[in-house]
Amino acid sequence: MPRAVTTRRKTVNTLAAWAIGLLIFFPILWTILTSFKTEATAIADPPVFLFFDWTLENYAVVQERSDYMRFLWNSVIIAGGSTLLGILVAVPAAWSMAFVPSKRTKDILLWMLSTKMLPAVGVLYPIYLVFIQLGLLDTRVGLTIVLMLINLPIIVWMLYTYFREIPGEILEAARMDGATLKEEILYVLTPMAVPGIASTILLNIILAWNEAFWTLNLTAANAAPLTAFIASYSSPEGLFYAKLSAASTMAIAPILILGWFSQKQLVRGLTFGAVK
Amino acid sequence: MGQITLEQVTKRFGEVDVIRPLDLVIENGEFTVFVGPSGCGKSTLLRLIAGLEDVTSGTIRIDGKDATDIAPARRGLAMVFQSYALYPHMSVRKNIAFPLKMAGIDKAEQDRRIAQAAAALNLTDYLDRRPGQLSGGQRQRVAIGRAIVREPSAFLFDEPLSNLDAALRVGMRLEISELHERLKTTMIYVTHDQVEAMTMADKIVVLRAGRIEQVGSPLELYRSPRNLFVAGFIGSPRMNVIAGAEAARHGAHTIGIRPEHIDVAADGRWQGRVGVAEHLGSDTFLHIHDTGLADTITVRAPGEVGMRHGDRVGLSPRTDQFHRFDDKGLRIS
Repeated sequence: MPRAVTTRRKTVNTLAAWAIGLLIFFPILWTILTSFKTEATAIADPPVFLFFDWTLENYAVVQERSDYMRFLWNSVIIAGGSTLLGILVAVPAAWSMAFVPSKRTKDILLWMLSTKMLPAVGVLYPIYLVFIQLGLLDTRVGLTIVLMLINLPIIVWMLYTYFREIPGEILEAARMDGATLKEEILYVLTPMAVPGIASTILLNIILAWNEAFWTLNLTAANAAPLTAFIASYSSPEGLFYAKLSAASTMAIAPILILGWFSQKQLVRGLTFGAVK
Repeated sequence: MGQITLEQVTKRFGEVDVIRPLDLVIENGEFTVFVGPSGCGKSTLLRLIAGLEDVTSGTIRIDGKDATDIAPARRGLAMVFQSYALYPHMSVRKNIAFPLKMAGIDKAEQDRRIAQAAAALNLTDYLDRRPGQLSGGQRQRVAIGRAIVREPSAFLFDEPLSNLDAALRVGMRLEISELHERLKTTMIYVTHDQVEAMTMADKIVVLRAGRIEQVGSPLELYRSPRNLFVAGFIGSPRMNVIAGAEAARHGAHTIGIRPEHIDVAADGRWQGRVGVAEHLGSDTFLHIHDTGLADTITVRAPGEVGMRHGDRVGLSPRTDQFHRFDDKGLRIS
């Protein structure tokens, strides 16, 4: 028997959902609000919420002091590039694990995931040395490769989960129909897995966009993405909250907009396979 | 052409022998049905022929050529799957065109063959739909269409009707038989349904636990089952199996008699009490207890027999229709 849901209960649920939603969103909201305040208002006590003199001055200063577009462009290339590269590597890997599993497939998946459990700083030294040797320090190529590698386990895992949902008989039918392995992946598997691949791409772009450890440690000026742009405003000679907020808002705006427009796809992708 | 020969073919999955050393010849143009209970290896055998599984040992020949290590696509066989296995993101037209596209056949020829197949399978009006918008029967036709356009040397069917409802199943069964009459192409058909086997096959291969129990035409299997397993598996309702004194009287360890070979007669040699009477109109199935022969003796009486639960009944078996088996369950001829 379905549980009776009363109007009152619905109202309470809705209010609770909004409250939790706002709580989660509040830091971002506060950052955006602060970015329109003067430095004085930004640190006012008690804090001012909405009623202050809105100003764009912080954005002007930030833009004047550092070249936003250059950082943005680096972020786009690094996040986009590492994602595409990751998908190219992960699709065949996930295909083989999902459709021709061996006894060790589960172990390999777990082992791949276990690399995510190691603190990144643990491998900073060797990777830094490798980067120096290969001349990859502060290059977009180097950063793209590193971000691809650190997110690869997640990409493979996600794709593996989606691929597992695709009936093997359809791929066998393609094989009977004369498709080569490449054609089978290109014409049959990939189109069927589009929702899964799309949400994997989105999630990975967000992860790569927000990644701060490697981007801060392996770049200086040339390849520095938006994370470095934000970091440059947390200066040792005292914090400028309003300017830091303006920089942060500029850095998260593109990904926020992307996330907003693709939220349906993201939710569908992330809950895919949860209900059979 | 489409002659398929299996020589000493085996298949092991880990420690399990799914197919034991097995020899079989499927002649060109023959409609062969693999039948057996679930887990008997019939689907595996089909997949070995298709090339979707590798044999553990042995040789598979297609038209005399060793095909054991040839990729599925290059064996010239087409397969229809139980789940239809249509490409959900393609229209019906593209589904049917897929094998032609893979074979690099030019567009005009593709269109010609698609139109021909669609007309033969009543799919012309649905060519631009997606599989998701079709009924089960239509999906199965698309799967068959996709197989036909390749003009394969043999068709492989893996329980193609088991996802359809009963009425549709009978219809599709006829369609597949008609298709075979028209194309005269070798067909191998896997099913666990002995009615499908009996009605469609030129040759039935009865499998149990990875072994062939008997190969023969439907009527051969019906008339002379080689052992008790085949006797029980072929024919519906099942053959009655009687052991003990009655069997000994006929010089056998076990005797079998089919329900349609027992007549209801008040003065019959066997006496019992009706447990359940199933009235089908055309026939009446009587399940009879207390005969002292077996738990239940099933009788198939033609037409309507006005009997009910608890009625006493006399039975007269046609003695020339007894099947005799020895203590190992093998037929005594």
